[in-house]
Amino acid sequence: MDPKTYKFDTLSLHAGYQPDKNAGSRQVPIYQTTSYLFDDVDHAAALFNLERGGHIYSRISNPTVGVLEERVAALEGGTAAIATSSGMAAIFLAIMTLCESGDHIVASSQVYGGTANLLRLTLPKFGINTTFVKPRDTQGFQKAIQKNTKCIFGELLGNPGNELMNMPEVADIAHNAGIPLMIDSTYQTPYLCKPFDFGADIVVHSLTKWMAGHGSSMAGIIVEGGKFNWMQNDKFPSLTKEYEGYHGLSFAEEFGPVAFTMKARAEGMRDFGPCLSPQNAWNVMQGIETLSVRMEKHCANAEKMVEYLLAHESAAWVSHPSAPDHPDYELAKKILPKGRGSMIAFGIKGGKEAGTAFINNVKLASHLANVGDTRTLVIHPASATHSQMDEATLKFAGLSQDMIRLSVGIEDIEDIKNDFEDGFRAAKKPKLVANK
Amino acid sequence: MKFKVNNEEVFASTGGRPFDKNKPLIIFIHGSGLTHMCWVLQTRYFAFHGYSVLALDLPGHGLSEGKSLTSIEDMADWINDVIDAVGFHQASLVGHSQGCLVAVECASRYPNKIKTLSLMGGAGAIPMNPELLALAENSDPKAVDLMMDFAHGPSGHFGGHPVPGLYHLNTGSMLVQSKEIKDTLGVDFRACQNYTNGFEAAKKLDLPTLSILADKDRMCRLKDGQKLADHINGSEMHVIKNCGHMMLLEEADQTLAILKKFILEKYPII
Repeated sequence: MDPKTYKFDTLSLHAGYQPDKNAGSRQVPIYQTTSYLFDDVDHAAALFNLERGGHIYSRISNPTVGVLEERVAALEGGTAAIATSSGMAAIFLAIMTLCESGDHIVASSQVYGGTANLLRLTLPKFGINTTFVKPRDTQGFQKAIQKNTKCIFGELLGNPGNELMNMPEVADIAHNAGIPLMIDSTYQTPYLCKPFDFGADIVVHSLTKWMAGHGSSMAGIIVEGGKFNWMQNDKFPSLTKEYEGYHGLSFAEEFGPVAFTMKARAEGMRDFGPCLSPQNAWNVMQGIETLSVRMEKHCANAEKMVEYLLAHESAAWVSHPSAPDHPDYELAKKILPKGRGSMIAFGIKGGKEAGTAFINNVKLASHLANVGDTRTLVIHPASATHSQMDEATLKFAGLSQDMIRLSVGIEDIEDIKNDFEDGFRAAKKPKLVANK
Repeated sequence: MKFKVNNEEVFASTGGRPFDKNKPLIIFIHGSGLTHMCWVLQTRYFAFHGYSVLALDLPGHGLSEGKSLTSIEDMADWINDVIDAVGFHQASLVGHSQGCLVAVECASRYPNKIKTLSLMGGAGAIPMNPELLALAENSDPKAVDLMMDFAHGPSGHFGGHPVPGLYHLNTGSMLVQSKEIKDTLGVDFRACQNYTNGFEAAKKLDLPTLSILADKDRMCRLKDGQKLADHINGSEMHVIKNCGHMMLLEEADQTLAILKKFILEKYPII
């Protein structure tokens, strides 16, 4: 006897939605509306008091966005989700739902530049400070925890250096300290890894990337695992104590495995308002419908590019967990059995000057500040996504001047390789000029 | 709120409003392995509309201390103890699934205390599938997966939670797994399996009774719910269409509307 609940590929297409009862629409309708009629005064009061579910105002929730939220929660194995206008909005909302002024975060040093700046420069203005730890320094996470630490945050595969955090061990460290582990799983998507299976408690995504997949729409999401017991200690009073904003409600007592999401929506969406537009939610869902198919091709192409780069005379080094010499090769096989993702970091011989020439001369690969498009993308992080960092911070974050970040698309692999040959050929020329 | 029953701490949600001894009491009794949280879309309405609400965590469940009670009869007596412990002389009971067995047994034992019964997804007996029972008693997570499958209808399986962003199956699964499976779900399933007095208890009842059933219920099938209702004199019955066993969440608005009408009429605020 086995449960007959729907599996991943089916949930990608169907979770969160049954055909519209009014018009029979097979596709999820786009509810392009700001607000929703109340049946009567009693109904309005019930919605505002959280007596019943439903929609009030699209800053707080929207039916189209709600389908996306349920779909991602289903795919991740989470209890609930809340979508936001971008991945950065999701991270900010998650941290502000957890932390108060005077609190502390332990974070991986290899995170997206925007996240690093939020943690390093912006959150201290709110009285929230961060200690950074290199992602492979598992015991470093333990040592960095303080009395006021409220979470460990990291990207499973660090951006852009591809260093893998030992998520199960870091999760144990967090849980022994009575705090949750928050993972930015943008690079993996739930197709490659479900962080809740490895001990994570909260997952955030930039849905803009592989989940949407087509480089068309900004979106983010927070997913709650539902296992973390907020009431085990007194570290999270805004979740466990009476909340003045809702008649003395205790989110943890009343909502248990969805308490974090309920607070993020009731407080965060109400007060900060980083809501997702229904059109963008719909666009993201079009991408999710083909997530499995695309991720298989992304990963297959990435592994072929790793082989190509490892054999190429112009590549100084290559970092991708599918490479046998990658320090996290074995751990990656365990945590990412279906594929190691399509982000490759490599060094180009000739340093920054050669890197610039390479990027200026590839034609198929797009030079832009995004990852996870169906198209192949390249960027030189030290001069773009991580350009606000000084030399020492760059080094600590695992970046070097010769590093090129490659997001492998799903074009024909031979076309990508041919394009790179043009880039490498051009990258050699500045050196020849310099030698003369 | 927390209070003591038989020297053990009990947790009950009061629906977001302070517990008030001057308002009529409604007690909500959850099903096997679950907690007070499954009632959130019913309790808060009554708490904000003139009633005192206790959505209990049975002993050993959710935030309540102690060990799970091993028989439906013990649970029925414990509900009576709860009413005494909070200083009331009467209450209205709302049960779901196993909670219906408890509510019926309690009302038959303490007819002077129980004023109305509201039974959701109930039956006169809930015999367990032997494989499912064994899995639960061995703390096998597959028991929870099977329970979530059987307990949900189309809304649960596809989605469409009344609260934006929540996903039925995984929320239910986490509720059950908040404690060791064998200590809650396993004990509860065994208590259901052993209970045989449902129809006899039902025949003794003489109080306003409501049955809310669902046509896609695979845990307590519609015909089993109808059979229980047939044994209760003057029982009122409603069937929610295209809905599974977890009607209190899957079709929360319909469930609340039926419950509101019944309780406001049969158990009014004086």
